[in-house]
Amino acid sequence: MPTLNVNGRAHAVDIPAETPILWTLRDTLGLTGTKFGCGAALCGACTVHLDGQAIRSCITPISSAEGRQITTVEAVTGGSDRVGTAVRHAWIKHDVAQCGYCQSGQIMSATAFLKSLPKGKRPTDADIDAAMAGNICRCGTYARIRAAVADAARALA
Amino acid sequence: MLNHDSSSEWPKALLQHRPDSDSQRAEEPLARRSFLKLIGVGSFALGAFPLGAAAQAGATTPAAALKPTQQPSAFVKIDRDGAVTVTINRLDFGQGVQTGLPMILAEELDADWRQVRSVHGSNDPAYVDPVSGMHITGGSSAIRNSYTQYRELGARARAMLIAAAAARWQLDPAQLRTESGAVIAPDSRRASYGELAEAAMAMPVPATVTLKDPKTFRLIGQPTTRLDAAPKSSGGQSYGIDMRLPGQLTAVVARPPVFGAKLVSVDDQAALAVPGVKKVLRVPMGQGLEVVAVIADGYWPARQGREALQLGWDSRAGEKVDSTRQLAAYRALAAKPGTVHFDADLPSLGKGPRHIDAEYVFPYLAHAPMEPLNCTVQFDASGADLWVGTQFPGRDGEAAAEVLGLKPEQVRVRVQMAGGGFGRRATGGSELVVEACRVALAARQAGLDAPVRTLWSREDDIRGGFYRPMHVHKARIDFDPQGKVLAWDHVIVGQSIAAGTPFENWLVKYGVDKSTVEGMREPYALPMRLSVHHPRVNVPVLWWRSVGSTHTAFVMETLIDEIALASRQDPVAYRMKLFGPEAERHKAALQLAVDKSGYGKRKLPAGRAWGVAVHESFKTVVAYVVEASMKAGRPVLHRITAAVHCNLAVNPRSVEAQIQGAAVMALTTCLPGAAITLKDGVVEQSNFSDYPVARITDMPKIEVHIVPSAEPPTGLGEPGLPPLAPAFANAVSRLTGKRVRELPFPTA
Repeated sequence: MPTLNVNGRAHAVDIPAETPILWTLRDTLGLTGTKFGCGAALCGACTVHLDGQAIRSCITPISSAEGRQITTVEAVTGGSDRVGTAVRHAWIKHDVAQCGYCQSGQIMSATAFLKSLPKGKRPTDADIDAAMAGNICRCGTYARIRAAVADAARALA
Repeated sequence: MLNHDSSSEWPKALLQHRPDSDSQRAEEPLARRSFLKLIGVGSFALGAFPLGAAAQAGATTPAAALKPTQQPSAFVKIDRDGAVTVTINRLDFGQGVQTGLPMILAEELDADWRQVRSVHGSNDPAYVDPVSGMHITGGSSAIRNSYTQYRELGARARAMLIAAAAARWQLDPAQLRTESGAVIAPDSRRASYGELAEAAMAMPVPATVTLKDPKTFRLIGQPTTRLDAAPKSSGGQSYGIDMRLPGQLTAVVARPPVFGAKLVSVDDQAALAVPGVKKVLRVPMGQGLEVVAVIADGYWPARQGREALQLGWDSRAGEKVDSTRQLAAYRALAAKPGTVHFDADLPSLGKGPRHIDAEYVFPYLAHAPMEPLNCTVQFDASGADLWVGTQFPGRDGEAAAEVLGLKPEQVRVRVQMAGGGFGRRATGGSELVVEACRVALAARQAGLDAPVRTLWSREDDIRGGFYRPMHVHKARIDFDPQGKVLAWDHVIVGQSIAAGTPFENWLVKYGVDKSTVEGMREPYALPMRLSVHHPRVNVPVLWWRSVGSTHTAFVMETLIDEIALASRQDPVAYRMKLFGPEAERHKAALQLAVDKSGYGKRKLPAGRAWGVAVHESFKTVVAYVVEASMKAGRPVLHRITAAVHCNLAVNPRSVEAQIQGAAVMALTTCLPGAAITLKDGVVEQSNFSDYPVARITDMPKIEVHIVPSAEPPTGLGEPGLPPLAPAFANAVSRLTGKRVRELPFPTA
């Protein structure tokens, strides 16, 4: 039975090893903050961190997460993650979300991006765009996403 | 999203088309279910006794003779700790009514905004649109139609709280005032709404209330953060897709590859071998059509099961649409006059000093909301519960009842926060819900006693029809060297959205679907003859954010621009001259966008050009001034200055968001590949790989300005969309010298 480490807890899951992380989180473990958008790594709604790297959980089977740490939006914005907390605060401050459905993925991409920055480095708009280009928002909240990521970077600097 | 004209005709039009129409039921003033059910422990729905008790006892209308839409009990709940929960009578799918409507109510209630929350309603009669009498989210109508309703609800609740305080203190209610969630006596004694709620609940609901002078508003008009900003910034917001009921199963459905194809064979051996798959069911959909539902523990096994199905379909009966042939047929139709919508005495065309002969082409468009469609159904012989992000909960409830063999009042449609929609969650036949109910029924009949969530894949969504219709426009215009239009003959070819739906009687008048022609001519005083062809095509179509204006605004605003330039006039000055007397809001919006953008004053960097457009849809006017350039033969949008005239802006922060978002959605319609096409009857696109939408890398700088006004507010969900693409196209034409006559923009 595969074991999955999610947000610091180990879960034995009785499902086929090729099941994507997304559906294991959502349908097996009940962690519904991670969203299904396209099922083909095209929209980024399902973004989670695997050992700190942003990955598309809709195409990543649980077999590739054996022995590694999966972190979801619930943990990243739960208060103990300094960068995730700054991102969450910036998202609220800038009132980014409209329908909000894609925002879990946006926040996970933004958090991974900010964590990857060298200390003290302030991203340009072009840096932010490059980091967030894999995440679709059909409501078109991009202007506020850009502002919120820049603001979170400032807060963390 | 619906056109709003004559919206009072909706219910009548629908009743005529409802097979089980029962005008007694439609006019019944009382809610069948008591609102007492809404009350949690330690919280009080104001006025619950007057309404709920009467309804439960089967007694007559409560004393005040108020309609369910006017009863505070259905809309306001106050907890002992002072938390105020406002129920919204619309679907929030991003447009912000779950904050805007509570702001309006809280303003008159004098609630402490920090204590205000909001929840979605249901198909309960209290939650109809007060203007149309239908459960509907569409036509950018929520704030426009419910502004007075929610003010009065807040004022009624406030009066009941004051009455309770007056009784407690033995004072005249007229001596009391309210502020930030408390009633205050002349001697400064305070009682919080939380303390008063239980007593207030027993007070009579006042029939009439005096509303505030808008000058004294403290909340309405303030830029306000969405009430759901926090849960939507932490993965905590629940959507329809997140429903998890005990024992719940998931269905993934195989639908015909060609619209209307008949199922002839099913080999489900491999599908049934997928671990987690419970059943594979042929589900009758009426009219001899069937789908195949794979029912499993969760989405993944159901999806795997569907991939493993071997299905045979017979598509010989229906038309196999081919987009290339369809375009040729539309062009041929456009060359001939159609059914006349409005007429003008036109001199013989082509004889004027200047002439334009233009043809425009617009493709089918999918809505592609980020949350794939889904509906969860739980039912037994006594009733059904549906969890679904829907714009039509009332119709959905009736449709579900018919499928499940229940009475409409036995079906509770619990409206769920939706991950986008843009019109896709408003189909006249409630197709999403009907299918989910038929699947749930088939599952029950096959021995699966469990709630069933039917969940679409992205591919199902992109290929699932209900598109913005494809259109061809043909315009022949004569004008003089001063730009005066002498004659304008215009033909539109496109499917009627309403034909064959319950909306046909309401929207199709004298052979013309109003949603096809909305946005033509106005606000310009032009001698125009407009005629329409509505071909029947085997592709289901639907309203798509801003509906007819998605194409009419593009045609009108690029042609007006073309005439201005051809007569050597500034496009802004030309529009200002051409506006009719009814166009004061257009003038104000355009002027504000011009002023804020620096148009005509600021020199643009080399290689950039201005583009301008202005359009009214759903009673709101939006003007855009944009800056664009060409990069490697591809148009690039750099900057957008928007000005919006929506009368009173209830939540300016939300107004800004809606304009920003609608501009992005419009930008998507310009991008290469933003089209749904069919070949041999099959939709050629399937996901965001071949049906691209704008990404952050496409996002220009954008500024939104609001024309100040104190008039009752108009809506914002749609009006930001129509003028963006023509403004962009007008800039591109300046740069290339070629007019843009199609969406998406042609690739060089």
